[in-house]
Amino acid sequence: MEDYRQIKGRIFDIQKFSIHDGDGIRTIVFLKGCVLRCRWCCNPESQEYAIQSMTVAGEEKTVGRDVTVEEVMRTVEQDRPYYYRSGGGLTLSGGESLCQPDFARALLRAAKESGIGTAMESMGCAPYDVIESILPYLDHYLLDIKHMDAAKHKEYTGRSNELMLENAGKIARSGQTRLSIRIPVIPTFNDSAGEIREIAAYARKLGNVEKIHLLPYHRLGRDKYDGLGREYRMGDVLPPTAERMQELKAAAEAASGLPCRIGG
Amino acid sequence: MGLYQYEVADIKKTERIDRLVSHLFARMPEIESARARLITESYRTTEQEPVIIRRAKAFVHILEHIPIIIREDELVVGSSTIAPRGCQTYPEFSYEWLEAEFDTVATRSADPFYISEEAKREIREADRYWKGKTTSELATSYMAPETLTAMEHNMFTPGNYFYNGVGHVTVQYEKVLAVGMEGIRAEAEGLLAQCRAGDGDYARKSRFLQAVILSCNGVIAYANRYARLAEQTAEKCRDADRKAELMRIAGNCRRVPAKGAGNFYEACQSFWFIQQLLQLESSGHSISPGRFDQYMYPYYEKDRKEGTLSREFAQELMDCIWVKLNDLNKCRDAVSAEGFAGYSLFQNLIAGGQNGDGVDVTNDLSFMCIQASMHVRLPQPSFSVRVWNGSPHEFLIKAAELTRTGVGLPAYYNDEVIIPALVSRGLTLKDAREYNIIGCVEPQKAGKTEGWHDAAFFNMCRPLELVFSQGMDRGVQVGVKTKPVEEMREFTEFYDAYKEQMNYMIGLLVNADNAIDVAHAERCPLPFLSCMVDDCMKRGKSVQEGGAVYNFTGPQGFGVANMADSLYAVKTLVFEEHKATLREFKEALATNYGKGLTKEMIGDMTARIAAGLKEAGQEIGEKEVAVIMKTVMEVSEMPAVKEKGERLLKLIAEVPKFGNDIPEVDAFARDVAYTYTRPLQEYRNPRGGIFQAGLYPVSANVPLGAQTGATPDGRLAGTPVADGVSPSAGKDVNGPTAAANSVARLDHFIASNGTLFNQKFHPSALSGREGLEKFVALIRAYFDQKGSHMQFNVVSRETLLDAQKYPEKYKHLVVRVAGYSALFTTLSRSLQDDIINRTEQGFNY
Repeated sequence: MEDYRQIKGRIFDIQKFSIHDGDGIRTIVFLKGCVLRCRWCCNPESQEYAIQSMTVAGEEKTVGRDVTVEEVMRTVEQDRPYYYRSGGGLTLSGGESLCQPDFARALLRAAKESGIGTAMESMGCAPYDVIESILPYLDHYLLDIKHMDAAKHKEYTGRSNELMLENAGKIARSGQTRLSIRIPVIPTFNDSAGEIREIAAYARKLGNVEKIHLLPYHRLGRDKYDGLGREYRMGDVLPPTAERMQELKAAAEAASGLPCRIGG
Repeated sequence: MGLYQYEVADIKKTERIDRLVSHLFARMPEIESARARLITESYRTTEQEPVIIRRAKAFVHILEHIPIIIREDELVVGSSTIAPRGCQTYPEFSYEWLEAEFDTVATRSADPFYISEEAKREIREADRYWKGKTTSELATSYMAPETLTAMEHNMFTPGNYFYNGVGHVTVQYEKVLAVGMEGIRAEAEGLLAQCRAGDGDYARKSRFLQAVILSCNGVIAYANRYARLAEQTAEKCRDADRKAELMRIAGNCRRVPAKGAGNFYEACQSFWFIQQLLQLESSGHSISPGRFDQYMYPYYEKDRKEGTLSREFAQELMDCIWVKLNDLNKCRDAVSAEGFAGYSLFQNLIAGGQNGDGVDVTNDLSFMCIQASMHVRLPQPSFSVRVWNGSPHEFLIKAAELTRTGVGLPAYYNDEVIIPALVSRGLTLKDAREYNIIGCVEPQKAGKTEGWHDAAFFNMCRPLELVFSQGMDRGVQVGVKTKPVEEMREFTEFYDAYKEQMNYMIGLLVNADNAIDVAHAERCPLPFLSCMVDDCMKRGKSVQEGGAVYNFTGPQGFGVANMADSLYAVKTLVFEEHKATLREFKEALATNYGKGLTKEMIGDMTARIAAGLKEAGQEIGEKEVAVIMKTVMEVSEMPAVKEKGERLLKLIAEVPKFGNDIPEVDAFARDVAYTYTRPLQEYRNPRGGIFQAGLYPVSANVPLGAQTGATPDGRLAGTPVADGVSPSAGKDVNGPTAAANSVARLDHFIASNGTLFNQKFHPSALSGREGLEKFVALIRAYFDQKGSHMQFNVVSRETLLDAQKYPEKYKHLVVRVAGYSALFTTLSRSLQDDIINRTEQGFNY
């Protein structure tokens, strides 16, 4: 077996039959560690690189394990018949996969070399040469853009957005991967039509963008904050209503001229 | 590319259909007494005649005198009861259970029926004649004593055919549509004319053919009664539109099913009379319309070409038939009612698939069948679709749309498995390609098969209990006296003991089925049904006597997943890792892992100890039994027992389970399934056919699980066993693809009487066109791996609300939302509310 398949990385979950993150039926590998600390994050256990303990339904669970590319691929391989029939494949998610660039690249390469399609959910928050080294193995970049305002971005995610926006442009221009922009719609943060429109307009400017996804805020990760002994900073913010999402979708479509959809 | 063009566009439902449905479900179904009275009247006058003639005369007597009704708004007529969704009774098969349940049948939880005092009186009166004359009594007398003992101890349950008619057949509807009952009668007359009194088979053959002729006449007379009723009703009718409809109905009933159908509407009416009257002749369920889209198509195509039929009217007629299929009903005994819950008659109707030459024959009607199920949203027909590598994609997408509605239909069947499986059972390739499904999941060739598809439930868990007890159950030697488990040194010894208990019980199961089979042939041959199944007429005998071309008996095993996990746990923990002993398992099972004993378990253990003491020469009276019982209860609640049980449960929980895409475990499960499927196929039935296994429990996994003690997979006594070939509830933790991969590793070819694989989905998994595409891909990929059947429950908002109220019932309910999956009941209340809201909105995420 080639060396790169022995590269180790840290993941916290592998989820099969994922149908909302990329084309077809996919297996998502969740890499541990993130550069941002978004308040609404539904996978708070993804943020720290360190292996953690989390209480799940009253029981202590270790979150995070170190695995080789080879080991992950054994699991990914199991659903090959479903990828074949649906046009699905492997999706990397996190955390931010770019925090473990060698591992992420090796995973994507292993999938591509055995004929499995690849996608990656990412904020693009890494030096561009890191991203560039991954692109040859990536079929579909699912790029998050959360806000156009640098200060507000920093306030809610812990980092400013310049690098990510700049990378977005470079990824689009590279023409090496399909590019979709994903916007988490978070009430109190970015759910005004104006804010969504700004991101959509940016997506239009990028060029080469295939689609915009509006991902409505949900609270399904809230119990995990308790499990990690952390405070849930979104309080009682409610998910946006279906009508609201339709309005925002219309706004995004108008501003971007791109197909938009609600959900992954 | 298939043979036919088809249109995909939706067709609107008419208001008539809503009215028909609401009329049908306005009140509780009712038991009527007319048939019981009429069959008894006839039987009293024919005592000296051959049984086949008696059956035909009784059938004719019923057809001539049973009350008839045309319900408001109906376009297709023919009702077996005056009350909507009512049922008749069939005392010739069994009757005692019904009399015993007269006072509880209206208030029982599963499938209640209203019954009037007058009906009770008439049925009681009729039943008096049947004492000693039923199929069930005759069957009992054909059974070996050890078989009766095994049944008393719930090793298997052939209750279906033991107490009822067989049903489970698809007849040659196409023949009736083409030549009518007059054509069939003419064929019988021709064959009768060729019979010579000196022929060796003259006695039976001539009488059988005469019975067919009588039956054909009876059916024609019945249709004419409807024609008269329609005319009379029309005369009184003031509404001009309805009057015209009634006159058209009258015209239809004058022509069909006496003659061949001249157009699509007549074909619908002709089909319906056959479908209805088959069930009035016998009490069997799963009388399955089969490939409706195929045999109806020539009439549809002709009318469309001639411009005499709109798609909308054709759809309305089909919708009417779909409603009518829910008008037929059947009252089962209380225990069976739980096993077949939902008033289901399992009239399986299938669309799509190939013709005998292997060409895809999906057509307009195939799509309209799906549309009809969407329109009526009722449990009948049990609607199925055939899937093969050449199935039109749009057809599967349309089927997936039906799945998305949450009605639990259709079931999907894989031609690529079923056709070779049937060929391996002796069908010609052409016949196999034309298969349809009977009842739940059982494939066969229509009009040529007496498949006895639902011949028994065989509980694969019970023989494992016998391994631990050396064949004893409630103090009786029910199984084989195998070696005490404490003395077993190798896993193979243990596994062989299980196989020995299995083989023994399978032999008894065969005896039970064959005894019942003979009883049906001797007491209840069915001439009307038989005249539409080849080669009954040529052979001059009914299907019950072996007249069909293909004969099978298909009893179904269930609990595969439990036994796979159980045996794997024993193998791993006792013989490989040495973390537990068989003695510990034995004690833990006997004490239900320290989780409290069921009544049955206390009784069983008390009886066992008492029998042991008796054997040792002690006097055991009532007082001693009470003392033993008290001790048993005390011991089972001792802290040490609880601790040991906990320890073992923890160890078991760590052993890998079937359903998680672990090749080694799945291969083991495949082998465990063979312990049932392989020995069974060596046996023969009295009709000259073989036994073939099915692996599916209908809904019997719940009531029969209640009769099953704790099992080594950690399952507690009395809880449900696994459903079909699906993994044990909650044991598959890697999602639907992993579960499907595991299930596909079972041998679905050998279980040629059908396998059943259920999956549950949150509706968001099917949202949008993309959701449908992915859903179809999931089915395709499971079928690529040679799974045979798949069926889906889409979790409704109501289910989720119920799960909030009764979390204990839904411990394993997984919801997947936004690529996020969780056990629903472990979520906090407000998150549950979120998910319920999403379900309601049908949100695309």
